[in-house]
Amino acid sequence: MNAATALSKTPLYEAHLSLNAKIAPFGGWLMPIQYAGILTEHSYTRKEVCVFDICHMGEFRLDTDISLSGLDRIVTQKIVSMPVGSCRYGFILNESGGIIDDLIVYRLKEYSWMLVVNAATISKDEAHLRKHLSKEYSFDNVSDQLGKLDVQGPKSLDVLKDIFGGDIAKLSYYTFAEFAFGGERCLISRTGYTGELGYEIYISSGAVKGLWELLLKDKRVKPAGLGSRDTLRLEMAYPLYGQDIDVNHTPLAAGLDKFVDFSKDFIGKDALLEERKNGPKEHLVCFKADSRRAPRHGFAIFQQGERIGIVTSGSFSPSLSVGIGMGYVSGDYEIGAKLAVKDSGVEIPVTVVKRPFYNRPQS
Amino acid sequence: MNIPQNLFYTKDHEWARIEGKTAYVGITDYAQESLGDITFVQLPKAGDTLRQSEFCATVESVKAASDVYSPFSGKVLSVNQEPCEHPELINESPYEKGYFFIMELSSEAEKAKLMDAQSYRSYVEGLSK
Repeated sequence: MNAATALSKTPLYEAHLSLNAKIAPFGGWLMPIQYAGILTEHSYTRKEVCVFDICHMGEFRLDTDISLSGLDRIVTQKIVSMPVGSCRYGFILNESGGIIDDLIVYRLKEYSWMLVVNAATISKDEAHLRKHLSKEYSFDNVSDQLGKLDVQGPKSLDVLKDIFGGDIAKLSYYTFAEFAFGGERCLISRTGYTGELGYEIYISSGAVKGLWELLLKDKRVKPAGLGSRDTLRLEMAYPLYGQDIDVNHTPLAAGLDKFVDFSKDFIGKDALLEERKNGPKEHLVCFKADSRRAPRHGFAIFQQGERIGIVTSGSFSPSLSVGIGMGYVSGDYEIGAKLAVKDSGVEIPVTVVKRPFYNRPQS
Repeated sequence: MNIPQNLFYTKDHEWARIEGKTAYVGITDYAQESLGDITFVQLPKAGDTLRQSEFCATVESVKAASDVYSPFSGKVLSVNQEPCEHPELINESPYEKGYFFIMELSSEAEKAKLMDAQSYRSYVEGLSK
């Protein structure tokens, strides 16, 4: 069997081929990695506006009274008090506090929710949710019915205003609304994975191609692939599930405490409270190389000859023109600590820095 | 794809241009295209002695690092510093501005192990099938 036959394709696969995209497998999907080039797409997103095909992500629809179904207990953020039209980033944990997935919860109506999860974890998440939802819910995995486009960059609002109307300007960070497109409704939130002004658009799989084409007809917009999506998110120190966060690490070890609400009950809370007493054994630290050489996933982290950890994400940073990375180290290291990242024959001196690596210039 | 006539090629996508007893060395247009945006290069030092097919340099793109092997045996005479400062030169001009180094050839007869432009073109076309 050809390996490619086992992989899923988004409704835009043919469109990517016609744009001469480089295609590669990601999370069980054949996804565009780059079109014009990662560096070009990265800097165009920072300065102008790009559109990304993110149709592979998973979406669940849940119609439920949250006080009866136990949904609030499954997510680390307090979602009971979320206003309709807002969304929130958080985690699904197991009893030991390990991260099953990171997700965004959308409150569509008083009793209606959308959970947006990672592509590779869709079935795992669904099983976990079904197991822990107590009663009184209707659950729909709508991943195949929903397409998703991310429009990201300082000019994203100007571009989307021309398509969806001026009301989109009213969306504040982590809120959303419904808009009309091609006779149907789509959901647009002011969210993203790049650190720029940007929007995520959820639209039926049947209509996503029309929107993609319309966006690219706009001369201001260029297509961008998962390659630049990865360098953009890494410059912001946003974690990638399966790489920087996973079931063997807790939000505390990952330094993502602010997305955990200890004032409520949630699965994994006891384990996190226990871990908090003495502090996590490992910490996810960010580091910057002294040169253009990039730390890579799986490289070992050393301090003065002692192996202290492993790199989870690493790349050349197009905005900073040096290598950057994140990784778990045992113990805690202060900002400014000098470490080294090593692989066979390679040693890259790095300095621990604070998150994010990249700060948007003040306009 | 640009595969100049007068060069010699390796299976690992290095090229060599012989000038008298020396050769210019770099990576091919196919190599730079496959790697994508090149962000870092580490070259040998002038004076280093290399053997044919021996590791001699590293190129990194945004996504990955790759080893580069010497097409000939001999001593490195001079290194092109330009791509160290501006790695994009390797993408833009792999056979000219983006060359890696100039080496003194120990034995020109080693070219028997390399491909000419025509063979390299068939080799590369075979890879993309």
